[in-house]
Amino acid sequence: MLKKNLFKKVKSSADVSAFNKQSGPNIPDEMCLRCPSCKKMIFASDLEENLYVCNLCGHHFRINARQRIHIIADEGSFREQDGDLTSVNLIDFPSYESKLKHAHLQSAENEAVICGFCTIGGHETALFVMEANFMMGSMGTVVGEKITHLFEGATKRSLPMLGFAVSGGARMQEGMYSLMQMAKTSGAVKRHSDAGNLFISFLTDPTTGGVTASFAMLGDIILAEPKALIGFAGPRVIEQTIRQKLPPGFQRAEFVLDKGFVDAIIERKQQKEYITKLLAMHDGGKNHVCL
Amino acid sequence: MSAYDIVNKAREKDRLLASDYIEAIFSDFMEMHGDRRYSDDKAVVAGIAFLDQMPVTVISLEKGHDTNEKIMRNFASAHPEGYRKALRQMKLAEKFCRPVICFVDTSGAYCGIGAEERGQGQAIAENLAEMMTLKVPIISIIISEGGSGGALALAVADEVWMMENAVYSVISPEGCASILWKDSSKMAEAAECLKLTGPDLLSFGIIDQVISEEQSKEDLMCYIKTELQRAIAERRQLSQDQLLEQRYKRFRAIGNPQAQK
Repeated sequence: MLKKNLFKKVKSSADVSAFNKQSGPNIPDEMCLRCPSCKKMIFASDLEENLYVCNLCGHHFRINARQRIHIIADEGSFREQDGDLTSVNLIDFPSYESKLKHAHLQSAENEAVICGFCTIGGHETALFVMEANFMMGSMGTVVGEKITHLFEGATKRSLPMLGFAVSGGARMQEGMYSLMQMAKTSGAVKRHSDAGNLFISFLTDPTTGGVTASFAMLGDIILAEPKALIGFAGPRVIEQTIRQKLPPGFQRAEFVLDKGFVDAIIERKQQKEYITKLLAMHDGGKNHVCL
Repeated sequence: MSAYDIVNKAREKDRLLASDYIEAIFSDFMEMHGDRRYSDDKAVVAGIAFLDQMPVTVISLEKGHDTNEKIMRNFASAHPEGYRKALRQMKLAEKFCRPVICFVDTSGAYCGIGAEERGQGQAIAENLAEMMTLKVPIISIIISEGGSGGALALAVADEVWMMENAVYSVISPEGCASILWKDSSKMAEAAECLKLTGPDLLSFGIIDQVISEEQSKEDLMCYIKTELQRAIAERRQLSQDQLLEQRYKRFRAIGNPQAQK
């Protein structure tokens, strides 16, 4: 952990996503940030207390994977799996190694997803959380492998799965190896589902591309954070293709809810309680009794 | 030949289209329309046919021969309803124990407002998951362009083949070049980097064979027909559990860091 802190890159004041509640630097009480949504100044200490949601306008700041685990998992219950897996340059893609190195420094993580087991409100649950600071949460072979392995473990142990998605899509630098991770992860989700287990997929800003088109959209229950961008193609690509401006709110969580592709939008402060109730209603995802 | 030469070949106007393969390989192809949910996406052509005496389900992404047909088929860029139409036919194939044969030829799933509104990502994801456990043999052939998730949604199969001058890629060379170098004209370099040709993908274990185009159309079609019969007969020797286990393992092994060590 000490070594990780040495490499931690603290981002500019407008973006607090690099602050890590468990291992990050202490934020002085007097430090102020400008909310990118309402443009008002807010105290960093208030923001942290409010789970990185602007207490004036409700804007949800992007947070890193460790912060999410801290918010969702019961304290001290998270046990990480496959945390040591790192990517290699499978297809000799130009400057991939330096991108990986940069991503590691920026995120203090080894890859773009953290996987493990924890309890949530006392319910034993498999949990994965994607990390946007690592190459925009893109899915390469290690992300695909870690998520697949976690679903397989959860299937074996009849455990429910909770996954937080944040991703720009498949990782171009691994070519077709990364596209294949869509099939691989989807297959593992299907097996977990066929065995009668619950998968709650939580979509956060942004969830796009090959992640949307695979495990993220395969939840029994799909939840989203307010205003999260959720889509297959990114908005810029669509604008270039159709040569017209997209309407305001297009592909935002509220829009996707209206079109029928997510079950509910849950604010960050309510997430733990909401998920705990869902787990309880599914009996922790196991021992279903069919009457 | 460079990777970019192959990209250009795959996009040539006079290449054989899915409908040409279907006409030459099968008899009595009967097209079935619609996804029963929204509409009939003409980028996807699906139906039932005989492979010799054996009824099979055939699903393809069809680019169209002339300008009018190309427009009508949206240049084989399918909307969500296209993938749902394909899945509906696959489920029927499973019900009636017919093997599924897919011909893939698309630059990608369509990027547009309607496609997003109707859940392009969800439609592709559902195909991936359902194809992984479909209880009949599935063979997919990338005949020209295999464009990312829009191609994969018809290519979760027991065997995936590629024509010699086909490409299969996570992103178009243009898209890759514009992200990497902010310059979409560097697509030749991008094509090289992406390793999107048949021989490269064969060496990675992502596809199972590259089919030579250095033969007459008759010989080519005859070869594919024989290979389809071989691949289906091999799968018919397996129990359903074995079939699905093999398919799962085929994809499970791709990019497993432990397996690569």
